Amino acid sequence: MTYFADKQPLVADIFSRYPGSPQGRRSALMPLLREVQNAHGYVSEPQMTEIAALCGTTATEVRSVMSFYSTYHTVPTGKYHLQVCSTLMCSLAGSDELWDHLVETLDVQPGEVSPDGRFSVQKVECLGSCGTAPMMQIADEGYYENVTPSKCARILAALHADAPPTPDNLVPVTVNAEGRQTLANGEMVGASIGGLSPLTGGTA
Amino acid sequence: MTATLTPPKPITSGKDPRFAPTLYAHVGQDQSWTLAYYRQHGGYQAVTRAFAIGNDAVIDEVKKSGLRGRGGAGFATGLKWSFMPLNDGKPHYIICNADESEPGSFKDRYLLSEDPHQLIEGMIIAAFAMRASVGYIYIRGEYVHAAERIWAAIHEARDAGLLGQNILGSGFDFQIHLHRGAGAYICGEETALMNSLEGLRANPRLKPPFPAAAGLYGLPTTINNVETFCAATQILKFGPDWHAGMGTEKSKGMKLFQISGPVARPGVYELPLGTTFRELIFDWAGGPLEEIKAVIPGGSSCPMLPYDDKTLDTPMDYEAIAAAGSMLGTGGVTLIPKADCIVNATWNMVRFYAHESCGKCTPCREGISSWMVRMYEKQVRGHGQPGDVQLILDMSENIGGRSFCALADACLGPVLSSIKLFREEYDALANTQTPLYGPRKRWKEA
Repeated sequence: MTYFADKQPLVADIFSRYPGSPQGRRSALMPLLREVQNAHGYVSEPQMTEIAALCGTTATEVRSVMSFYSTYHTVPTGKYHLQVCSTLMCSLAGSDELWDHLVETLDVQPGEVSPDGRFSVQKVECLGSCGTAPMMQIADEGYYENVTPSKCARILAALHADAPPTPDNLVPVTVNAEGRQTLANGEMVGASIGGLSPLTGGTA
Repeated sequence: MTATLTPPKPITSGKDPRFAPTLYAHVGQDQSWTLAYYRQHGGYQAVTRAFAIGNDAVIDEVKKSGLRGRGGAGFATGLKWSFMPLNDGKPHYIICNADESEPGSFKDRYLLSEDPHQLIEGMIIAAFAMRASVGYIYIRGEYVHAAERIWAAIHEARDAGLLGQNILGSGFDFQIHLHRGAGAYICGEETALMNSLEGLRANPRLKPPFPAAAGLYGLPTTINNVETFCAATQILKFGPDWHAGMGTEKSKGMKLFQISGPVARPGVYELPLGTTFRELIFDWAGGPLEEIKAVIPGGSSCPMLPYDDKTLDTPMDYEAIAAAGSMLGTGGVTLIPKADCIVNATWNMVRFYAHESCGKCTPCREGISSWMVRMYEKQVRGHGQPGDVQLILDMSENIGGRSFCALADACLGPVLSSIKLFREEYDALANTQTPLYGPRKRWKEA
């Protein structure tokens, strides 16, 4: 059975987001790819053909689009596809060593899957976690931030036990009820004052 | 060349003593992403007001507020909105550019995940002003958590009648859809983003025609950054005079500044435009943790500035940073430590642009993705030769201003600025194959 054969409501929902024109139909290509990849970890040739038919294009076109983006895979990935940000801000916080550590301890290179089928690894570019660097994520699951050597060890141990830790999704700076910007531990930083009321504009 | 650590000034009252965070005011609060929370804190009052004053008045207020695009280019938002044709009988689109991927930028991620209704409200206001019937939020594929929050918020808003037909009894119809990217920096370029949304490879398009004339599906389209839409919500909420009263003469309002690198308190700070680097780095971020030699002022494509008193006292606004030879960009400030090899740090950024080049035009594909990245790799691998630095400069001459979009020029930002500021490091590495600042252990316990 093809992947979308028993998922007609999902397919209809995706197509409903775009115009009914041929161009609009083509817009469903990336959402459909994501559905398949989330389910299987990669997109196979028959699935490319299926998506092409749904979007009114060819499998070659689908592969061409896939090759443009870094998160689509044409070969199987591990149960946990670990992505490590390698861009400068994470690099300054040690992501190069984090990467080397992962590749060494998991004994897996990019494009491979570890013998137990659990792990594959990928170096990715800035994931917008520069304030909580270094970071890594399990693809499509969420971020692990401020990944120190000991935290990395804890995460890997948990993954070996098939109990992935809850992603962090940290917010390093917040604003408290008085309008002061504060750190996660409650420490207030800088100086700011409240006192503006909506629709009236503010005065000193 | 490099200043020693400057002791922090006392905590100041900020550039403007009146300011209080608005864009970021609810980030980090429990349940801040829900409609109930948002409504309890004044949510959806701005859009009610927008409906009351009418679409042309909304554009006038945004113009009067002095708001400029917060995604990096700094184009006047009200003016951009006024480019959309009126009464042309065609469907109009608005798109929220949530493809935040400029290295050093991470403000939108928190707005998206912590305060999604602020964005949705801003998009309804913008759509109303520009007579758009459909909006897309193009969010980068890796923002899983944020996408889930946005998805839930869109559905909450639909169920509450804030999206759909006849919103709040205004007679205005508008729908928002979420579209997730798949990992490509170039999608932050607005025409590339539209191609990506159309299910194509994200190559940039030739301009003109500009999106307001022929954008998504060839129809009038306006694209704004997440922070820009959120600022529109606040402007409609507090009034254009409030917004225009903050910041500097030509750079109005508040900005989400991000700071990363070795500082005590990295993160996002909402401050008035015109706040100095010194205030951000010392008063807010708690000061550097080690000796610093360079500051990237607004994301990796902005030329780096020397870490000295002149830079520290530069106000962070569009004009002052341009006068200093760089750009405000996305407001993503990164500090580069003295003990790190600048050639190695720049190689990291060059590698980024080489990876992210779409391959459409020759100067970028051959210049950046092939030659430039290999020249840098040659240096950092210890195979440099005398004359290499000059060759990099010559190549830059032949790339700069000659590519189809801004990506290649963006790569030259760190290249040319780092050579200008730290030529001795480049020369040492090219001539002796040994960096002035060698590799060091950076991955450690907090």
